[in-house]
Amino acid sequence: MSANAVSDEQQTQWIEVCDKNALDSDTGVCALINGKQIAVFYVGKLDEVFAIDNYDPIGKANVLSRGIIGTQGEHICVASPLYKEHYDLRTGECLENSDIRVTAYAVKIENGKVLIAV
Amino acid sequence: MSKQRVIVVGNGMVGHKFIDSVINSDNAENYEILTFSEEPRLAYDRVKLSSYFSGSTVDDLMLTSEEHYQSAGVIYTLNDKVVDIDHDNKTVKLASGKVERYDKLVLATGSYPFVPPIPGKDQPHCLVYRTIEDLEDITASAQESKVGVVVGGGLLGLEAANALKNLGLETHVVEFAPRLMAVQLDEGGGNLLRRKVEALDVNVHTEKNTKNITAGEKHRYRMEFADGSYLETDMILFSAGIRPQDELARNCGIDVGERGGIVIDNYCRTSVEDIYAIGECALWDSKIFGLVAPGYQMAKVALSHIDGGKEEFTGADMSTKLKLLGVDVASVGDAHARTPGAQTYTYEDGVNEVYKRLIVSEDRKKLLGAVLVGDVEAYGTLQQMCVNSMDLPEAPEQLILPASDGSAGAAMGVDALPDTAQLCSCLDVTKGDIVDAVQGGCCTMGDIKEKTEASTGCGGCAALVKSVMDNELKNLGVEVNNHLCEHFNYSRAELADIVRVKKIESFDELLDSHGNGGLGCEICKPTVGSILASFWNDYVLEDKHMGLQDTNDIYLGNMQKDGTYSIVPRVAGGEITPDKLIVLGEVAKEYDLYTKITGGQRIDLFGAQLHELPEIWKKLVDAGFETGHAYGKSVRTVKSCVGSTWCRYGVQDSVGMAIAVENRYKGLRSPHKLKFAVSGCTRECAEAQSKDIGVIATENGWNLYVCGNGGMRPRHADLFATDLDDETLVKYIDRVLMFYIRTADRLQRTSVWLENLEGGLDYLREVVIDDKLNIAQELEDEMTSNIGKYQCEWKTTIENPEKLKRFRHFVNSDETDSNLAYVVEREQRRPANEQERENQIPAVEVTA
Ligand code: SRM
Ligand SMILES: Cc1cc2nc3c(=O)[nH]c(=O)nc-3n(C[C@H](O)[C@H](O)[C@H](O)COP(=O)(O)OP(=O)(O)OC[C@H]3O[C@@H](n4cnc5c(N)ncnc54)[C@H](O)[C@@H]3O)c2cc1C
Ligand code: SF4
Ligand code: FES
Repeated sequence: MSANAVSDEQQTQWIEVCDKNALDSDTGVCALINGKQIAVFYVGKLDEVFAIDNYDPIGKANVLSRGIIGTQGEHICVASPLYKEHYDLRTGECLENSDIRVTAYAVKIENGKVLIAV
Repeated sequence: MSKQRVIVVGNGMVGHKFIDSVINSDNAENYEILTFSEEPRLAYDRVKLSSYFSGSTVDDLMLTSEEHYQSAGVIYTLNDKVVDIDHDNKTVKLASGKVERYDKLVLATGSYPFVPPIPGKDQPHCLVYRTIEDLEDITASAQESKVGVVVGGGLLGLEAANALKNLGLETHVVEFAPRLMAVQLDEGGGNLLRRKVEALDVNVHTEKNTKNITAGEKHRYRMEFADGSYLETDMILFSAGIRPQDELARNCGIDVGERGGIVIDNYCRTSVEDIYAIGECALWDSKIFGLVAPGYQMAKVALSHIDGGKEEFTGADMSTKLKLLGVDVASVGDAHARTPGAQTYTYEDGVNEVYKRLIVSEDRKKLLGAVLVGDVEAYGTLQQMCVNSMDLPEAPEQLILPASDGSAGAAMGVDALPDTAQLCSCLDVTKGDIVDAVQGGCCTMGDIKEKTEASTGCGGCAALVKSVMDNELKNLGVEVNNHLCEHFNYSRAELADIVRVKKIESFDELLDSHGNGGLGCEICKPTVGSILASFWNDYVLEDKHMGLQDTNDIYLGNMQKDGTYSIVPRVAGGEITPDKLIVLGEVAKEYDLYTKITGGQRIDLFGAQLHELPEIWKKLVDAGFETGHAYGKSVRTVKSCVGSTWCRYGVQDSVGMAIAVENRYKGLRSPHKLKFAVSGCTRECAEAQSKDIGVIATENGWNLYVCGNGGMRPRHADLFATDLDDETLVKYIDRVLMFYIRTADRLQRTSVWLENLEGGLDYLREVVIDDKLNIAQELEDEMTSNIGKYQCEWKTTIENPEKLKRFRHFVNSDETDSNLAYVVEREQRRPANEQERENQIPAVEVTA
């Protein structure tokens, strides 16, 4: 399984999630897509969106969208609001424990809409 | 010179390590490497195998890739087995019939799981635990099973039991010996481990010798034990030890030990010229090493010898520290006190479930071994003392006794370690290597890992490596810095000065002007958010500040373990009208909130979901409540006693003063939380001397106490000034608090701040009372400005439709979090624990 987000454009099915302006800079929201909870983050400085699972596998609760986002070296990541582990927003990898990762999803902004590929 | 042809038989962890070392050596081009593996893939991390059950994929486990081998020129064949060695002609033959010539042959064939010869052991759901294919079989079998038994209560057996538990099976461990982990632990340690493991719902059966496996009545199989008892189960996982894979060597005339294992010397040479053996298949000094670190060392030694070097294998330390089923366990050296004359010290704490034992030499000068269960903090120290034969302290028992001041007892100055001390056994890194690396410019753990590879294996040595690094930095005169995080080379106090003096108003402004790039992180963002709030006191959810707010502040509530929130309205001084109590009760009832009186004289309502917060707060605000800032690093409560208005002893109106103080400072954000109390007389019913700011009534006014603390490290507050009138009291509190806000470190309570303040209490008096620094007016003005900008954040939020949009679980749906589960206890709901959750899964899903 490759968690690395960007996949083949032709085969990917993009699902519209919300308007871009529903996202506040440097915070996250949670989207429900095909029954799955996905955390979507908007980094204002980079004008980029990221998407990973909302479920925190360590805290065992649906909260990752509510964490603080930032950088650890080269990694752009979110810190879980429960116990502060960092998850890389591009790969879903947990920086504190390489045995743990969440899924990262391809996501983009087009015509003011946020689209996610699942 | 033509290349030497080296064939490596087996591409497991150690075979791969050997190849990797060749690839990375300076003489790489002198060798042509071939490797054959019986398995369908190149080497993977067997040590982390169990993580497969907690979500790791095969890709995550891989130690290398085919592309990597190809680009390094390594020739490999998978799914093929070496079946014969012709050492006269120096060739090997493969199962596929292929024959290959070698100059040097390295046997790295590992070991295989031992399955006791029990009749019935070969049935379909009787499995072992060694390869990725085994994991797949176990997963498949678990899907058709409800009960699983692990045969063997050793290290691997317990790991296997954890795997079965993770797969949702009722789990049993059957052990032949009288205790768990008999190899590593003594009786006391084994017994405690058993209790802990049983508390996790794993059933342990010791002294059980399985005689027969037959068909069961309730479950698939019945295991019949020698003592006449039996156990029924749907699957069986054998984990009864390993046996060296020496068949190939044995059949080809290479010496093997009486009980198996390919005999090697200190250079890892077998009895036949130009043939080496390394890893779990090798027998050195009549010993097999079932851990990966000694195998890695053998790989290094064998390569050195082939390359003309002189490195020798001289045995390995088999100390282990691990977490099994969540229980910390460690064993060092001679854990069973087998050395003649050995003496022991035992510490057992039945309440906290801790067991520690030291085994020392007859003359009590040297440590021979140790067993730790439940608290393994001393492991690093003990393991180092043992392998380096360091002298024991006068009173060796101190090493395992909890220190009376609550700090860790067993800390050892890392200066005492010899340079040859091996700190990281996985990657064979010594103290000397770390010291060299620091002298060569490394100053973070990241640098150290990159340079020396220390701590990149199991990670167990990280704390020790870091303290050696810090110590060496200190020796070099490098100030171990108090920089906030990687984004700012400033301490919190320095940043507070910058923000205040340069009038910086946003995080981005500060990061751009004084930061190191990047986006910030969960350390600097809330810290700076708090500093900005202390000085400018904007609405915390303003667009530019929102992303800075910590877990709780960003939704103005305390996040609970399941992601829901608690609600704590302010009840200044603990005084509340019956009408307001009724409102709280009604709201709690309407939303089914768990209700509790807090330790801070107010009421906490737990279990509100994100989308319910605004509705609930609207009702509370309408009834006259304000936010209690229970979520912020900010003023919490002012506790009061009833005081002179009712109490026959009271000398001042303590409730009135408490309410005044609480209303003055409410909403003030600070480096850490702030708690106050006001007592009406010297009997001190409000416990003011345990608070950051304590006020106690006297006949003539108020005594002011500062910098007390309850919590983790209680500290009595110091008497700061006596018999103050109301006005002076408030003035002094303003100044103390603002001075604290300016100068404290991140998350430093006033107690620790004062202890670290140069000049201590006297200096604080000079600044606050004598105005030595000539800043008293500034401090008061800053406080006045802060107070002037107070707003109830919840009131502001419910009046702002844009902000309210964030209080939904989903941005694109009105559904709510489906992961919440509750049970009722003492007539109120609380989050279900993991086991209760499992039981709530409908049984239908499991049957069929
Ligand atoms: C609710 C309450 C327990 C209760 O049911 O009574 C409580 C609950 C929490 N306390 Fe407390 N403390 C509560 C009174 C106290 C007290 C007693 C007091 O204030 O008189 C203390 C000791 C006094 C002191 O602080 O000096 C106390 C010492 C702590 C500490 C240790 C602080 C320290 O300096 O050692 C923490 C941890 C921390 O802040 O780092 C903590 C942290 C917490 C946290 C925030 C833990 C967390 O992050 O989830 C809890 C969250 C509350 C929530 O979700 O609403 N709580 N906590 C009390 C709320 C009081 C209130 O009305 O605001
Ligand atoms: C679940 C589990 C947990 C563990 N946990 C730890 C731990 O926490 N710490 C620790 O230090 N150790 C641990 N170990 C032990 C560690 O995995 C071994 O010490 C290590 O894998 C030994 O490496 P090796 O290369 O000698 O053997 P292996 O990794 O077994 O490799 C041998 C390879 O050779 C192949 N082979 C054998 N014969 C032939 C042949 N004739 N032709 C071709 N190929 C052949 C085998 O198929 C195998 O792929 C654990 C092991 C397991 C199973
Ligand atoms: S502190 Fe004094 S006034 Fe307050 S309740 Fe106790 S005895 Fe009464
Ligand atoms: S001891 Fe395992 S990584 Fe250092």
